[in-house]
Amino acid sequence: MGKKNGGAQPGAAVSVGPKKGKKTAFRIIEPYLYLLPALILFVIFVFYPFVKTIVLSFSITTPTGTFSMWNGVQNYIDIFTDVSFWNSMWITFRFAIVTVILSIVLGLIMAIVSNEKFPGRGFFRTVYSLPMAISAAAAAAMFTFILHPTVGTLNYVLHTNIGWLTNPKWALFSVEMVTVWMRVGINFIFLLAALQSVPKDLYESAELEGAGFFRKHWSITIPCISPTLFFLLIINVISALQQYAQVRMMTDGGPSNSTRVIVFEIFEEAFTNGRFGVACTESVILFIIMMILTRIQFNLEKGVTY
Amino acid sequence: MSSKAKRRVFLTIIFIVNVIFAFIVLFPILYCFNVSNMTKTEIYAYPPQFFARAFSLDNYRTALQLAPFFRFILNSLIVSGVCTAAQMVTGALAGYCFAMFEFSGKNVLFTIMLATMMIPSQAIIIANYLTISQWGINNTYAALVLPYLASAFAVFNMRQAFLSLPRELYEAALVDGCTRFKFFYSVGFPLIKPALGALGIYTFLDTWNYYMWPLIVVNTVDMRTVQIGLGMLQGSESTNFGPVMAGAMMILLPSIIIFVIGQKQLVEGLTAGAVKG
Repeated sequence: MGKKNGGAQPGAAVSVGPKKGKKTAFRIIEPYLYLLPALILFVIFVFYPFVKTIVLSFSITTPTGTFSMWNGVQNYIDIFTDVSFWNSMWITFRFAIVTVILSIVLGLIMAIVSNEKFPGRGFFRTVYSLPMAISAAAAAAMFTFILHPTVGTLNYVLHTNIGWLTNPKWALFSVEMVTVWMRVGINFIFLLAALQSVPKDLYESAELEGAGFFRKHWSITIPCISPTLFFLLIINVISALQQYAQVRMMTDGGPSNSTRVIVFEIFEEAFTNGRFGVACTESVILFIIMMILTRIQFNLEKGVTY
Repeated sequence: MSSKAKRRVFLTIIFIVNVIFAFIVLFPILYCFNVSNMTKTEIYAYPPQFFARAFSLDNYRTALQLAPFFRFILNSLIVSGVCTAAQMVTGALAGYCFAMFEFSGKNVLFTIMLATMMIPSQAIIIANYLTISQWGINNTYAALVLPYLASAFAVFNMRQAFLSLPRELYEAALVDGCTRFKFFYSVGFPLIKPALGALGIYTFLDTWNYYMWPLIVVNTVDMRTVQIGLGMLQGSESTNFGPVMAGAMMILLPSIIIFVIGQKQLVEGLTAGAVKG
């Protein structure tokens, strides 16, 4: 940004040119033509469904999802008094905290250790960013095998006998760890780029004063990359609240509903129970939660100096 | 210890830490690739085998018999290809407009576009499904791609790219009688190719990995995308891991190839706008 000024001049410079009269009307509507394709698509597939979701959240629908009658705030009351909804919220909350924190912290450590000068670091960087190319479905299939209680390798390596995906105590943890594995790549990419933008002389003067490796990163790296950390915090939370594919493929919400994240709940209400109104109510709540969280994070960011 | 020796010890530790991390990231992929080559006896052997005795494509053959994976891959290529191309075009057009033109309502329209980023896709997916069903186009490519032909991320990304072009170039071209659209496609478009490439790779990987949308708008086998196809195979073959791993490898291959080829561009393009002090 910051290049805004001067934008009016080219238009003015041209309109005094030879062909002026004819083209004036076109010149006025021309910018909107560039926006039209994207705008039409946004209206039909983002704004309209958004409004529709809100409308349906206050109504009862037919099993095929058409509006049948108004229900006031009854859907909201039903949901807020529904144990299974709160269970989902609690699971989603835990899932988000664990996956967001771990995938950012691990991404940061990977960025730091692959930012030192040693032969072959290019290879490690490629490896660390690789999970972003791995789809949730493929990751879920691979880890379902690795975590399998009898044929899986994890139990063999750890000398344990745990039903990682079948024991309600472990299932959420397992899905969280797989999700961290999936998310670490994208975080690594952003954090490495942020690290490389930290001025080198800051580190040099810290070294002169005798600061060690950990001290250096704690008091220079972290403050310097805090804008990136905030940015990643927001996009990771938004993403974590919407995870679905690996949950469905690895545990299908079970065992004993222990991995039933909110999107799973929404999906089931709509497509298994045919209660599209209730599903929309839950979607609206999901949206509101995200709004609040992003708001809080923006406010926090303003309070931090860098 | 001299500082040189100290440095060497430090770098050795760093290297070892890197090797451990790389192992954690790579192990599942390499191991499952090996498993995709194993016979059923090898897979169920105890202690677990890490290497297949011989390179065998049997599991791949079985996977292809159980589910039409080539068809899934074709479907996914079509869907991701169309979405990627469309997002690049709609994004570049709108981004160019926001970067270069002054017109009334510009700020309002830009805010509106950015606001779409705040609406989580999972929260509107049901309403979109209802729209598609109302139009009666379930189980078509149109249904799979329509909601993903434009994205606020693409618009924003392209705007940043056009903003980085030297303003003088644009002004000089216009003074020379170049129309704004001609500047867009003959000067601007080629100049922002790196950013465009990064956006393309990102969008392709993103749409290739879509799961929930294809899961709900498509229910015929022939129209499934790779992700849903793999889920189907996993669901039906819960005790036979070989073909499932083979299927996973088949759907990984295209995205890994694209990632490795475009990695540098992708990283530069993604982080250019986001990482700033």
